[in-house]
Amino acid sequence: MNQLNGSLSGLSMQAPIPASRRRRTLRRLARDKWLYLMLLPGVLYFVLFKYAPMWGLLISFQDYQPYLGFGGSDWVGFKHFERLFNDPLFWRLLKNTLVLALYNIVFFFPAPILLALMLNEIRKEGFKRAMQTMIYVPHFVSWVVVVGIAYTFLTTDGGVVNEAIAAIGGEKIGFLTSADWFRSIITLEVMWKETGWGTIIFLAALAGVDPQQYEAARMDGASRLRQLWHVTLPAIRSTIVILFILRLGTFLDTGFEQIFLMINSLNREVGEVFDTYVYTAGITQGQFSFSTAVGLFKSVIGCILVVGANRLARKFGEEGVY
Amino acid sequence: MIVANERNWRYRLFNTVNATLLAVISAAMVLPFLYVVLISFATDKEVLSNSFLLVPTRFSLEGYRYIFSTPVLLHSLGVTVGVTVVGTLVNLFMTVLTAYPLAHKELMARRPLMMLITFTMIFNAGIVPTFLIVKSLHLTNTFGALIIPSAISAFNLIVVKNFFQQLPDGLEESAKIDGASDPGILMRIVIPLSMPVIATFSLFYAVGHWNTFLSAILYINDSDKWPIQVLLRQIVILSEIGLSDMSDSPPPPSKIINMAVIVFSTAPILVFYPFLQKYFAKGVLLGSVKG
Repeated sequence: MNQLNGSLSGLSMQAPIPASRRRRTLRRLARDKWLYLMLLPGVLYFVLFKYAPMWGLLISFQDYQPYLGFGGSDWVGFKHFERLFNDPLFWRLLKNTLVLALYNIVFFFPAPILLALMLNEIRKEGFKRAMQTMIYVPHFVSWVVVVGIAYTFLTTDGGVVNEAIAAIGGEKIGFLTSADWFRSIITLEVMWKETGWGTIIFLAALAGVDPQQYEAARMDGASRLRQLWHVTLPAIRSTIVILFILRLGTFLDTGFEQIFLMINSLNREVGEVFDTYVYTAGITQGQFSFSTAVGLFKSVIGCILVVGANRLARKFGEEGVY
Repeated sequence: MIVANERNWRYRLFNTVNATLLAVISAAMVLPFLYVVLISFATDKEVLSNSFLLVPTRFSLEGYRYIFSTPVLLHSLGVTVGVTVVGTLVNLFMTVLTAYPLAHKELMARRPLMMLITFTMIFNAGIVPTFLIVKSLHLTNTFGALIIPSAISAFNLIVVKNFFQQLPDGLEESAKIDGASDPGILMRIVIPLSMPVIATFSLFYAVGHWNTFLSAILYINDSDKWPIQVLLRQIVILSEIGLSDMSDSPPPPSKIINMAVIVFSTAPILVFYPFLQKYFAKGVLLGSVKG
């Protein structure tokens, strides 16, 4: 034991005997007693609200009954998971989640990059700052307000968009009640709310470009578009790559509040995703065990994606989220 | 040579097209708000006679008079203000208090603790098990449910911890030599030096509380305790709540009422926004710097 410790603790140090080590530990504890005391509420918070629920995930292997409690409910093994994977509902949820996520990556992801590139080409500082002030605003508004505004614009009952369509002789479109429009509207709402805010990180990367590079490019006769392609884009390439990878890590997070607010009985077929289903089945209908099983499935896949995305980010020489 | 190049027409065309496009995009992000505000002040006659109304010609307070004819909305706003103030204070207290010890490299168990905290960002138990815990703590239907389960954001905690870590070590050492205790150092040295970061995170936390919706529909059944966002959904999206018990006069068109409610519940954020913008932008960049 002593020998092992000695070899582990390096060359210059002598093998510490356990008693003095314990004393040293106690001395460090005494010296930092305030630090440990300060840590206590935070640790308690994480234990109660993050780790206790992880323990609670075990109810997905039970037939949990609130009046029997965790200890009294029957264990049923993988029953709920078997039910889940054999239910056509599962494939619908998976498809809806994946399609929405794909829409998000294809249409929303490039938007802040394009907008940041456009802002970066503005030479008048005042104009640029005014634009920035305007495009950040929607980020701070709640989803309830965004969906509320979308409702007033898109309703067939006197909404501006439909009135405009009617005015040019078209037929009113039930944007809010049609399954065909659901995904486009969800994606447009996200773009409206978050594109401006998303530019911040790219603008920061763009601010780091050495102006001499542009000068050199101009000397060589490069046009503005060629400067954009050969100087600006390479400067933010690593930011784009890392954000793309990290986005893949949260691929399944479709955003509960927005979808929950946009869903109704007429578009539920394409609108229901894992998050909203867990809420409806678990909280509203009280199917605690089954909805926990659905949530656990999503969490496990999400966890694998995040870890994988971080591995990938490190491969690209970036730091990742953790 | 450069000057001549810059003066050429292609350069100017590029600038004009780019600036015009940007102006259109920025307008698209702000005009919906302007529309909401304008309609909230419209008269019922104008809204009823012209459903394509964009800019009302006459000004009226009908909508606002109507939504304040019962105390429901004011009460709900009071709940949100209270939860935002108390919740943000709790967030700051818990985040700073937890981040400070974790910024000390000599702290035992620091690495496993950081790993456990980081893990909560990667793996989420989900809403049902969390709901059952909150319920078993008898927090449901209390304002505590809107504050305590979200007392610390792991991400914010890590950013604040990293900020504390990069403060010069010498400050703390010399204070220790002068006999200061850890709480004393935190209060008198670390917090004053971290005010910009703390301001930024109070803003993020406060906006989060103001816009809170999910935890309210999860934990609060009692409509007396609904924060403004839940009431807003009932009125604007579900059209389920009548605000007035005055039966003698017909209510104004729901469009005006909806717009007035949206203005009323969003104004506090939009009024403060121009002053806070730079802190927010700073916060995003803080988060992207890893230590």
